[in-house]
Amino acid sequence: MNAMPPRNTPGSAYNFAYLDEATKRMIRRAILKALAIPGHQIPFGAREMPLPYGWGTGGIQVTAAILGPRDVLKVIDQGADDTTNAVSIRAFFAKVAGIATTTRTAEATIIQTRHRIPERPLTEGQVMVFQVPMPEPLFRLEPRLAETRRLHALGDYSLAQVKLYEDIAKQGEAGTSYNHPVMVAGRYLMSPSPIPGFDNPKLHNSPAIMLFGAGREKKIYAVPPYTAVESLDFDDHPFRPMRAPHACSACGSTTSYLDEIVADDQGGRIYVCSDTDHCRENQTP
Amino acid sequence: MKPGFSDPVFGAQSGFAALMNAMARPGRIQDCNALHEPPPGLDPAAAAALLTLADAETPLWTDAEGEARDWIAFHTGAPLVEDVARAQFLLATRAMPALASVDLGTDETPQDSATLIVQVATLDDASGWRLTGPGIQHEHRLTVTGLPADFAVQWARNRTHFPRGVDVVLCAGTRLAGLPRTTRITEDR
Repeated sequence: MNAMPPRNTPGSAYNFAYLDEATKRMIRRAILKALAIPGHQIPFGAREMPLPYGWGTGGIQVTAAILGPRDVLKVIDQGADDTTNAVSIRAFFAKVAGIATTTRTAEATIIQTRHRIPERPLTEGQVMVFQVPMPEPLFRLEPRLAETRRLHALGDYSLAQVKLYEDIAKQGEAGTSYNHPVMVAGRYLMSPSPIPGFDNPKLHNSPAIMLFGAGREKKIYAVPPYTAVESLDFDDHPFRPMRAPHACSACGSTTSYLDEIVADDQGGRIYVCSDTDHCRENQTP
Repeated sequence: MKPGFSDPVFGAQSGFAALMNAMARPGRIQDCNALHEPPPGLDPAAAAALLTLADAETPLWTDAEGEARDWIAFHTGAPLVEDVARAQFLLATRAMPALASVDLGTDETPQDSATLIVQVATLDDASGWRLTGPGIQHEHRLTVTGLPADFAVQWARNRTHFPRGVDVVLCAGTRLAGLPRTTRITEDR
């Protein structure tokens, strides 16, 4: 760890990675406790960031706290590297930290994401940072945060189970196609952030570190590598990740998660991979 | 007095990278050589961990004395407390305080529990304890010399409080390993 590049000179306008060191320390302490208590939400003093709440301020603060000069950052928004949110955040860190960025999953050491997990299997050297709009999985069932804290302390998730039961009884299946709650290490119910149910199995026993940051709600939580993450379900109604039954129009993949795109004004539709890097890899022979 | 990190920003970042990997992969030994000149009595890894995590907001307990104690107070700015139970971070350079005597947090706020940094004689991850739990694919091995003889017993008791409990960082020289409260230790008989 010698010979750090001299990027933190008095001449530069910001501290490395934008946040001041005291804020980074506070976030780092929260991240360590989050890893020690998998799935438990930890309050932190989220700062104002130079973009609005809902655009990934929680994820950005987590990324800023862990980012080092040798990291390679990838940012995706719904699987795509080329959408406004992803481009802006990548440019932000390239500017305030001078780090290398990439669109290739394989090259990235930190992947900040809004609502997807890449198709390519993650590795031990990688950290996923999720942007989380609402960290509390019981939010729609119990509006009082003081009460949800108590329910988490007691491990009482009957509200979530009743909701799932009612969905199955009324519709024959779970009512959530994304943000389907998961049990982490058999103890805490956790919101996986609004990733599609298709991605839930990728959280289970992943080699990568998974960090979650909610800026507006001021919470950080984590899933360590190789940790059991199970989607909430019943023995007789096991959780089934869903995927549009089509092939990608661009690369032909029949296994990746697909976006539906309206192609004309005649009701025509095509389906393409939501993960742009995965799609491009499939297209290059 | 000895200096802190030669670069406060990147020193703390690389110190944190070691600590995060240590907590995420219990028992896997991490290199932490961000601090080049620790004060006498402190291991580079343990001193770097304190500089990385402790500040004016974190009450700190340590049994270090003399220059090392002054160095910690000056460079971290953390309030040094006498009462083990009131500390958010603890650095044990000699006899480790009993795990049950530190702040374990509450069921609603288990994150308020203390983090105990212990300087030990040696760390070796080729044999020894069998560690299992979150962060470990099958099992990790860890041999630690310099811990109390009944550490594994104290640790087993610490696990029964989950989600309450203390998290431990073991430091030897420039190497460190983490024991988050979720880790199960099995001793080879």
